[in-house]
Amino acid sequence: MTRNPLVGELPFPEAARRELSREQLRRNLRSATHTIRDKRARMVAEVPDWEELRVAGSAIKADVLARLPELLTRFEAAATAAGARVHWARDAAEACAIVTRLVRETGTDEVVKVKSMATQEIGLNEALEAAGITALETDLAELIVQLADDTPSHILVPAIHYNRSEIRDIFRERMAGTDPDLTDDPRALAEAARRYLRERFLSAKVAVSGANFAVADTGTLVVLESEGNGRMCLTLPETLISVVGIEKLVPTFADLEVFLQLLPRSSTGERMNPYTSMWTGVTSGDGPQDVHIVLVDNGRTATLADEVGRQALHCIRCSACLNVCPVYERVGGHAYGSVYPGPIGAVLTPQLTGVAANRSLPFASTLCGACFDVCPVRIDIPQVLVHLRQQAVDERRGHPSAERTAMRAATWIMSAGRRYTRVLRIARRATRPLAALLRRRTVRRLPWPLSAWTAERDAPLPAGESFRDWWARSREGS
Amino acid sequence: MRIGLFITCVNDLLYPGTGRAVVRVLERLGHRVEFPVEQTCCGQMQANSGYRAEAVPLARRFAETFAGYDAVVAPSGSCVAMVRDGYPRLLPETAEVAARTYELSELLVDVLGVVDVGARFPHRVTYHPTCHGLRMLRLGDRPMRLLRAVRDLELVELPDAEECCGFGGTFAVKNSDVSGAMLADKCAAIRATDAEYVLAADNSCLTHIGGGLSRSGAPTRPLHYAEILAGGGR
Ligand code: SF4
Repeated sequence: MTRNPLVGELPFPEAARRELSREQLRRNLRSATHTIRDKRARMVAEVPDWEELRVAGSAIKADVLARLPELLTRFEAAATAAGARVHWARDAAEACAIVTRLVRETGTDEVVKVKSMATQEIGLNEALEAAGITALETDLAELIVQLADDTPSHILVPAIHYNRSEIRDIFRERMAGTDPDLTDDPRALAEAARRYLRERFLSAKVAVSGANFAVADTGTLVVLESEGNGRMCLTLPETLISVVGIEKLVPTFADLEVFLQLLPRSSTGERMNPYTSMWTGVTSGDGPQDVHIVLVDNGRTATLADEVGRQALHCIRCSACLNVCPVYERVGGHAYGSVYPGPIGAVLTPQLTGVAANRSLPFASTLCGACFDVCPVRIDIPQVLVHLRQQAVDERRGHPSAERTAMRAATWIMSAGRRYTRVLRIARRATRPLAALLRRRTVRRLPWPLSAWTAERDAPLPAGESFRDWWARSREGS
Repeated sequence: MRIGLFITCVNDLLYPGTGRAVVRVLERLGHRVEFPVEQTCCGQMQANSGYRAEAVPLARRFAETFAGYDAVVAPSGSCVAMVRDGYPRLLPETAEVAARTYELSELLVDVLGVVDVGARFPHRVTYHPTCHGLRMLRLGDRPMRLLRAVRDLELVELPDAEECCGFGGTFAVKNSDVSGAMLADKCAAIRATDAEYVLAADNSCLTHIGGGLSRSGAPTRPLHYAEILAGGGR
């Protein structure tokens, strides 16, 4: 069996340590995230009613989640009436099986793909490959990652961990027909990829896409992109199969007004993205005549059942939270082990898989709150992180844990003023000889488990007199 | 007005000077400060690490201890954020006292209406706005306004000031490598200012930052901004 695209091989702290040691990666990430972050900030500052838009986006998504079954049925009816065929998939395996069958029925063994998180999430490329079908990514960054036999490290910029000379090397080594003298000039790189892809667009019979939005009233699917390669896939082939998470719905066409303002500014830092494609079933004589929509659950219903956690389903995959996250900026997407990295990955992934499969992700944050501030649909990511930490802890109740013992002991001490005062005095007395010996109040090395602190920084020793002792001496006594 | 001081456990044990500074500033302004000795800790570490059940008794204890006060002041952005933002979710009956709990700069600027507390501090300093103060309490420029009114203080801007220092409570030990990488960048930014002191509204972040500075041999010392407002150094 292939690896679950939502579960990494290593827990986050270990995977993060591995990624941190890659100096070039850290430089690439820092410059890329800061560039997009600054662009986003400029574009958002232009919009006087940005906060109202965020509130509206969040309200629409909350409404969708509150009546999801009704809206899904409405979407199915509208899309079917427009000539699309709607399929339902409970999980990744079902979704992959449906797509594989649909491709097989066309008799082709090659499909072109529009950049899509849902197909990454279900591991579609690997499933198709196992069935003897080649799936070609047509988004430039996805293509780079695919050629390198790598996995994406960012939702929007999957190849964010590569710089342009690394990309040139990948093209020269792995993209058939590439000029061996190709330079790392961005325009030359784009041109080389364009030439490579163009032939495939013209011969492809089947395209696979995702969707940014699905309009319940009309059965319309919407894809936003920058390069136009998606538009090629959505219009040229005979058959179009779209894999869509069930939370991608918006009730009415007019609701797109809010999201088409929120998404481009939040994601690429543009006022409007270059290409917005919308299609409603089949239009006779224009575009694909065989249109399928695969609606995927894959853990979303379980997420919906959690009152605090369900807001993660508001996500419109803009990746603004990744670009401002100080943790993501240092470690990149691969450390999270899931196709959804960064702050949204830390709250969405454990809910889709169940916390037991991703116990370390809710702890992969300092709770600094930068993600919440930029999220266009106001997902309170720190709140959900804390909520999931609790689930991760609760799930292990009954297993022995040094951490739980320490937390309980701390609460026990803190639950009685006198006990607490006594412990403060003991801490102070016990460290006094050390302070006298060192003649300073910092130590460089402490024994386990405090060694985890002193591995990265010095530690302070208790003060000569606690505040409460000072208060008692100077106030109550007088 | 009855002002209750919530010292916080970190300050009680490690940074009593910060607590003394708060008392000095408020008394100099003519207010009486009380210190109810039954107080202990806000329970932030437990709550943020997923131990909700262990945090609840501490929330209850806080609400009981400070029930009779018109205002509760704490020299710690993250503890105040825990009380004001976290407590009502943990234990709804704490909402009232939680709403009356202030970080020092909020009490001074918003409640007492003071910006110039009459301090003097002839040193070059920089200010790190800690995440909870910045994004949960929305302290905004309150600490800076207080600091700008301090005589002879040279306040220099910290590059990338709003970036997290990498502390994050138990994050610092659970993900110590990432925490260390963030700390290194924060320390480099601080060193670039050539400040003698790096100030903040939270001694837990300053413990982390100060530990990084001292480890790297940097001359800049961490200091809670209350101690500047009190008019003296540590
Ligand atoms: S959580 Fe919010 S900021 Fe992050 S990707 Fe989703 S919509 Fe964007």
